[in-house]
Amino acid sequence: MAIDRVLVITESNDGQVLPASLELLTEARSLADKVDAIGWGKDVASLAAETGSYGAGRLFDVGDIGASIPGPHVASAIAAIVNSDNAPSIILAPTTYDCRDIIGRLSVKIDKPVITNVVGLTKDGDTVSSSHVLFGGSQMATAQFTGDMPWIFVVRSKTFTAEPSGGQPSEVMSVQGGDLGATGNASIVSSHVETQSGPKLDEADAVVSGGRGLGSQEAYSMVEELAELLHGAAGASRAIVDAGWVPYSRQVGQTGKTVKPTVYIACGISGATQHLVGMKGAKNIIAINKDQEAPIFSVADLGIVGDVHQIMPKLIEAIKALS
Amino acid sequence: MNIVVCVKQIPDPADPPAMDEARGTLNRSGKLIMDDSDSYGVEMALQLAEQAGGGEVTLVSMAPNNETSGLRTALAMGAAKAVLISDEALAGSDALSTAKVLARSIEKANPDLVVAATESTDGYTGTTPVQLAELLGWPSVTFAKKISIADGKVHVQRQTEVGYDDVECPLPAVVTVTAGVVEPRYPSFKGIMAAKSKPVEQPALVDLGLDASQVGAAGAGQKVVSVEAAPQRASGEIVVDDGDAYQKVVQFLQELKLV
Repeated sequence: MAIDRVLVITESNDGQVLPASLELLTEARSLADKVDAIGWGKDVASLAAETGSYGAGRLFDVGDIGASIPGPHVASAIAAIVNSDNAPSIILAPTTYDCRDIIGRLSVKIDKPVITNVVGLTKDGDTVSSSHVLFGGSQMATAQFTGDMPWIFVVRSKTFTAEPSGGQPSEVMSVQGGDLGATGNASIVSSHVETQSGPKLDEADAVVSGGRGLGSQEAYSMVEELAELLHGAAGASRAIVDAGWVPYSRQVGQTGKTVKPTVYIACGISGATQHLVGMKGAKNIIAINKDQEAPIFSVADLGIVGDVHQIMPKLIEAIKALS
Repeated sequence: MNIVVCVKQIPDPADPPAMDEARGTLNRSGKLIMDDSDSYGVEMALQLAEQAGGGEVTLVSMAPNNETSGLRTALAMGAAKAVLISDEALAGSDALSTAKVLARSIEKANPDLVVAATESTDGYTGTTPVQLAELLGWPSVTFAKKISIADGKVHVQRQTEVGYDDVECPLPAVVTVTAGVVEPRYPSFKGIMAAKSKPVEQPALVDLGLDASQVGAAGAGQKVVSVEAAPQRASGEIVVDDGDAYQKVVQFLQELKLV
């Protein structure tokens, strides 16, 4: 089967398509001639100019799903598209909370496997290979689907660079899924925004992260202060997220976010493979750690062997003095 | 309140990992332990059953070589019993096949709630719990950082990009938990002793109504075609702090025009 059509799951927030979906629309154009997008929410049509400018000919509109969790609704709509004349050869989804729900359900609805944690795609004729990081980045695996299309890939953010194609607005087409039964019964009662100033973790130019070497939850405030001074975002290792010091949304690594900032400053982070995977794509890495043998130093452009409690206050004061 | 917890038994993450070259999968032939990510689900389930004033926590696991050591850890924490599906035909199963096997086992247990980790530590595919929910025809709430049960509904604080949503969902349902949802207990000596005699049921594939062709490498719709060493990043300048090393950092940031 030739690869002729790619469907990109287009998640949006406040009327803007997520960067991770724009990255996938960009990549989709090099995989197939026809690119479609699918979105959900109150005003999907308002996204058409943006999806179109990234190359989506059509934008499927699931419509307003009210307070429901998106997974079942969107999966059901995609299954309907797969069973229509518009069936895609490939479905691309970003690695987000909601897209992971959507893909899990879709996989069962159309009885097709899923390949997740994709960090690269290569097209060769009628086959597509996906790249994956193994064992904390020491090895790369290449995978392929062996069965029928559509092939479903869930891609980590920052794998591709978003570039507009200058296309016309997408044609908006309404799409209806089937009866959801009990699966659609989870609903959002209220949403809470945790105080978060500055840029998002995976979009920031500077990321300052803390690890167990900070010694206590209170010491994390130094990480936040330094991040703010650099107009960046504060991140964390899995160890201190597991310890409950900071929320999961701050976690950088294999089970957290992938970041590729201009500079990544690791404070009191030893550099477990789980963490390295999420940050070694940074253009520059600075590490501060007491243990000279810590693996984080093997990827650092500048490594300071010393106590974060001594170094960070001085660093913060020096930067304050300069700005 | 009867709760099933999905427990994955994985190679010890402290040991150097290895690939099964022939199959292109992770080598899981050695001794396995309970995935640390699952200890949160086990603890959460034990607490929810206790708060509900009764009911049992049952573990469900699919693993090679009749492996039970990870299950014994969870039984020692306080789970009542376990179901282990171990069959050579299951080797090389993808996430969808795994979900099918778990779904059939869970249907037999008929619980009010299924708890799983958001993703495993070894394969980290992260799709199995939702696939399981869809196979069961149940709603699911993923990335829970807090769970309570009242009036036949599960109330979940679900992690979002910017904070969390309060989500409510009628039972039965599948909920996936993040680390930090609850602090897992250490098994007591009494618990460890009791775990040795707790029942571990081992149904055969045919008991679950599954055929060997639907699962394992035979049923997997994907393959690993190659594994290669990744290009490594060269390390840079390492400075031992003499009290002024912070200036090096300032200089570095100035060169990047970040300060």
